[in-house]
Amino acid sequence: MGDNIYVVIEHLQGQVSEISYVMLAAGRALASGIGGELVAILLGHQAQNLAGDLAADRVLYMDDPALAEFTPDAYQLALAELIKTDTPRAVLLGDTSVGAEVAGALSVRLEIPLVSRCSSVHAKEGTPKFVSQICGGKIMAEGDLPGPTALVTMVPGDFKAEEGQSDQPAEVTSIPAPSFDDLKVTLKQYIEPEVGDVDISTEPILIAVGRGIQQEANLELAEELAAALGGTICASRPVVDQGWLPISRLVGKSGKSVKPKLFLAIGISGAPEHVEAVTGSETIIAINTDPAAPIFDIAKYGANVDLFELVPALTEQLQGS
Amino acid sequence: MNIVVLVKLVPDLVEELEIDSSGATLDTTFMRMIINEPDEHALEQAIILKEREGGEVTVLGPAIEDIDGVLFTAFAKGSDRLIKLVDGFELEVNNHALARAFTSVIRELNPDLVLTGVQAHNDLDGSLGPLVAEYLGMSYVGYVSGVTSSGDKLTVRKEYPGGLIGEMEVAIPAVLGIQSAEQPPRYVAISKVRQAMKTATIDEQTLTELDPSGGPTVSQMFQPQVGERAEMIEGDIDQIAAKLVELFGDLGVV
Repeated sequence: MGDNIYVVIEHLQGQVSEISYVMLAAGRALASGIGGELVAILLGHQAQNLAGDLAADRVLYMDDPALAEFTPDAYQLALAELIKTDTPRAVLLGDTSVGAEVAGALSVRLEIPLVSRCSSVHAKEGTPKFVSQICGGKIMAEGDLPGPTALVTMVPGDFKAEEGQSDQPAEVTSIPAPSFDDLKVTLKQYIEPEVGDVDISTEPILIAVGRGIQQEANLELAEELAAALGGTICASRPVVDQGWLPISRLVGKSGKSVKPKLFLAIGISGAPEHVEAVTGSETIIAINTDPAAPIFDIAKYGANVDLFELVPALTEQLQGS
Repeated sequence: MNIVVLVKLVPDLVEELEIDSSGATLDTTFMRMIINEPDEHALEQAIILKEREGGEVTVLGPAIEDIDGVLFTAFAKGSDRLIKLVDGFELEVNNHALARAFTSVIRELNPDLVLTGVQAHNDLDGSLGPLVAEYLGMSYVGYVSGVTSSGDKLTVRKEYPGGLIGEMEVAIPAVLGIQSAEQPPRYVAISKVRQAMKTATIDEQTLTELDPSGGPTVSQMFQPQVGERAEMIEGDIDQIAAKLVELFGDLGVV
């Protein structure tokens, strides 16, 4: 048991989240490096069909009406007993609005260590290792995965979702659910994102603004450029948090993932939460005054200049062309 | 409603980060520490709740660098009580240690609600909120972008990927990890902060020991190595603009 790697499958509204497949791919690398099994943990209600394409050695499935939709305390109860009894070497969860809060509670309740923001888990000469991505993607921190059981929350990074998918279904074993009486958190309803505004996930040309735009009034510069290019404005978190653009225009972890022909990033540093949602773009061009900005790591072309000088000049040339 | 807001200081990412000679930690010599941005949203949400429903807001933070400035600013914005935890803090304190330290102080305050930022960019051992909640034996919901209260229950908006919101009901007392407040954090004039420095007091709570168990040990830090960085376009502004227009043409977007 001590060498097995457990992956907690995240799913939302009947769909397995992409991070689950990424974690299966990472879990596979770790499991084969230490000679353990890769086990997917699926919690849900009438959700066994979600196990179909999980690339695991086996699937443990817990069914209960209380697990039909994610709530943090039901997931914590479901996982606590399982981890305590089985003592896997590591339990991988998403560093997401599902996995992060479950992992924190379990770390305290079970007194086992937690490593967050991991872009990789792997083994080096049989020793399990982690790599975490911190400080907005500017620093990587590496170390031995603490034991005997480590909770790990993962961000997309070194592993591809396709590697966590399989067309050969793994064996599914049902496991008993604990008692879910007295839950303190309940889901009342889902609220779908507002429609009526554009759907940035299907737009071919996106002009994305970040913190570098500084003030709401400066958005006009980006809007003029968007008009000249026939593109659509979107933004990273700081701009939406200021209320300058609606959440329907948010590109990132809590917002949309995009895949345009052209993604023009203006004044965006490229924090991991943003980057994970733009890597599907055909061409990324970034304008930023910070030459070390992580956005230049994923952009194909870059310009290390002041957006307040370049954007008006660019708009003018486009209008004249 | 009696609300406690937990704040944490994190390295300012605008400054260049250096790794120290041990290779396993950040060089703190010239590092500037600022309030964790989601914590500013937690404070704003707390003040909005207080204005709407009455009560008191207590802000709690570790005595690191400019914590006094952060706390006085929180007072100027409308919080009522300021507490800093003194002794033993190094800039790189982990969240398990911080959560244990906060917990003993929070218990004394007996709050209905504890708000903190949903995450910080330097979290290596999970975010602070879920750890504190579990030590306190309270419920936790994170990625929250809106809170309303009715009696002994809260209704919170929890963000999921793709813009989906889960409306959740949470029994109080509870800890919430705030992603963004209902309104952007309010601006406060520097003159008001100066006034707060004269009128407000910061209570000090002394800690005996910090226990970091539960977090990982870092053996090496490095800057991410990238296969291929962007091809940088050089020249004066007009030349760069012209080159970009040419690129747009090659890409078939103009």
